[in-house]
Amino acid sequence: MNAEVRQIRTVAEQGLLDSYLASKAKLPGAGDVMALREAAFKVFEQQGLPHRRIEEWKYTDLRAVMRDSKPLALPPDAKAKSRAKDAGQWLAAVGARRIVFVDGVFAPDLSDLSALEKGLTIGSLADALAKADPHVLKILGRASPAKDDPAVTLNTAFMGDGAVIRVADSAVIDKPLHLAFVTSGDKAVSIFARSLVMIGKGAKATLIESHEGPAGIEYQVNHALELSVGDEAQFDHIKIAHEGDKAIHVGTLIADIGAKARIGDFTFTTGGAVVRNQIFMRLGGQETNANISGASLLRARQHADNTLVIDHAVPHCTSRETFKSVVDDEARSVFQGKIIVRPDAQKTDGKMATHALLLSEGAEADAKPELEIFADDVVCGHGATAGALDEDLLFYLKARGIPPKEAEALLIQAFIGAAVETIANEALREALMSEAERWLAARG
Amino acid sequence: MSLLQIKNLHVEIDGKKILNGLDLTIEKGTVHAIMGPNGSGKSTLAYVLAGKADYEVTEGDVLLDGRSILDMAPDERAAKGLFLAFQYPVEIPGVATMTFLRTAVNAQRKKRGEGEYSTPDFLKKVREAAAKLEIDPDMLKRSVNVGFSGGEKKRAEILQMTMFEPRLAVLDETDSGLDIDALKVVSEGVNRLRSPERAFLVITHYQRLLDHIVPDVVHVMSRGRIVKTGGKELALELEARGYAQYAEAAE
Ligand SMILES: Nc1ncnc2c1ncn2[C@@H]1O[C@H](COP(=O)(O)OP(=O)(O)O)[C@@H](O)[C@H]1O
Ligand SMILES: [Mg+2]
Repeated sequence: MNAEVRQIRTVAEQGLLDSYLASKAKLPGAGDVMALREAAFKVFEQQGLPHRRIEEWKYTDLRAVMRDSKPLALPPDAKAKSRAKDAGQWLAAVGARRIVFVDGVFAPDLSDLSALEKGLTIGSLADALAKADPHVLKILGRASPAKDDPAVTLNTAFMGDGAVIRVADSAVIDKPLHLAFVTSGDKAVSIFARSLVMIGKGAKATLIESHEGPAGIEYQVNHALELSVGDEAQFDHIKIAHEGDKAIHVGTLIADIGAKARIGDFTFTTGGAVVRNQIFMRLGGQETNANISGASLLRARQHADNTLVIDHAVPHCTSRETFKSVVDDEARSVFQGKIIVRPDAQKTDGKMATHALLLSEGAEADAKPELEIFADDVVCGHGATAGALDEDLLFYLKARGIPPKEAEALLIQAFIGAAVETIANEALREALMSEAERWLAARG
Repeated sequence: MSLLQIKNLHVEIDGKKILNGLDLTIEKGTVHAIMGPNGSGKSTLAYVLAGKADYEVTEGDVLLDGRSILDMAPDERAAKGLFLAFQYPVEIPGVATMTFLRTAVNAQRKKRGEGEYSTPDFLKKVREAAAKLEIDPDMLKRSVNVGFSGGEKKRAEILQMTMFEPRLAVLDETDSGLDIDALKVVSEGVNRLRSPERAFLVITHYQRLLDHIVPDVVHVMSRGRIVKTGGKELALELEARGYAQYAEAAE
């Protein structure tokens, strides 16, 4: 229990408190929204930042990592937008509809909002909060699986803008949607963005979420995505943490999934100094199939943590969780995955695996896969491995004339490829593999 | 100058002596066979030639074209024209056979200062070679050796050899696990590559491979050394009398 009353606040905690009090009047929304913020803020005030004595954060001690808090980013001016105009364009080959957020703020002028498919609506969260849009207020912050999560709590207190996306029942949106979040400036700022995505019954869509920003700047990003997916829908979500090398990124997906749905989720991490990707997913309808995977490529002193809780609340759902990381230099990869099988959720089929490839003596991988099973007729399992490249395979390749670095690159690509293969969209698979190749080419 | 000269080679692994003063000289255009009981050190010799780490050469030397190769990395040796068909080819999930072949061929050519193959030239060459070895083109799309039968793996090794056009090919028990038809296909693959510029070192436990790939010289290996050398009739004699006279404490 962490019931102790903490009198001593860190610089970052004090900074966040001050920042909230100074800026809350300017944050979007009044009434119910303000009540949500205030409640979240109270929790933060009591708990502070998550730290290693909180089990879920034991490998990623945010309190220690955040030496200070950065001022809230100002709304982007013309210069900021001009610097941000190519955000996410390295994924252009995917042919997605790009929706740009500069320093957390929706930038319609940089976004492709032309000829929206029937059944697709795209809006700004700040607008919705300011207008007290009843549809948004009804769902905002209600997603149960992550109510108590400290990162989400902080996000709720500070949330500025973000995407509000609706795909109507039965609508098939072939062109992927790409939320391109970019930190534009040369100043260390903090950004709190919140997005809501609602996928209707029987609808089909792909959502890419990319995060990028400048190198050398200690900016801080906290994004939370609340997702609901209707019965019989098919939805793919690909998150790419491509932040600058000094950034701290905390991103959370909170998902509530209906029955007979098919979910593909992928988290790809190459950037950032400290990255925490969280997924809280509740499978709340029968016969749903969720494939949740990820790949991280880490070097220098990068730290990336994939933490997920997959909650099988009803019978007959299948989930697969597969996370791979390639860890070089002094970098560290963390995986914490939990599959919960509720008492009712008979015939659950859940398999979780994490594999780390350690490329140097100083590289580290921590894995904590867990099963919490309350039903008796289920098939669940988990596994974790960590190790170096296979010397016998390397020798075989080298004996064929392939130089050592190239031989390693082939094996690393194969390792990552097995995870990336689970992505349904081919162009996206290729874009991520090219990114992996660039990462490999930059290896000393 | 001899293509390969092995002089008084002593090799240890984990402090255990495996090769004990092995001498062997191979001229261009010849086929040498090494026969010997299990555990006599045949694969060790093959690995040491290819440059596998873990093996410590404590004495002696290996010269290719008169130059020592012991300080060369495995990929440099390959580019110099040394090829080893593995006794147990490894499976490499996620690396497509075609990608692998192409990366390897072009890496070797690049190191020799030759131009890389164009895509059509490369594809044509692979397809022709595969057809002659009765390799299903679909196999080339699969990961290297993954899900291949024992015989398919051995044929894939010969396909690689055909693509690389090595100057010295070491075949380590390429006949093991092959039925008689596959043995013929593989042997023909080897025989097609015989040329005045190229030499082969064929390691085998059984004489039957040598009915198809007829050697110029046969060596008997025992306890990490060559104990007898003769013509192809030596293989027949071994077949008839067994290795007992070269008594091996097969550990
Ligand atoms: N990696 C190794 N570690 C320890 N001993 C080995 C290793 N490889 C081979 N040996 C030993 O070396 C001897 C020769 O093995 P090998 O070269 O495989 O013989 P062959 O191919 O003639 O059957 C055997 O006694 C074997 O056990
Ligand atoms: Mg052997």
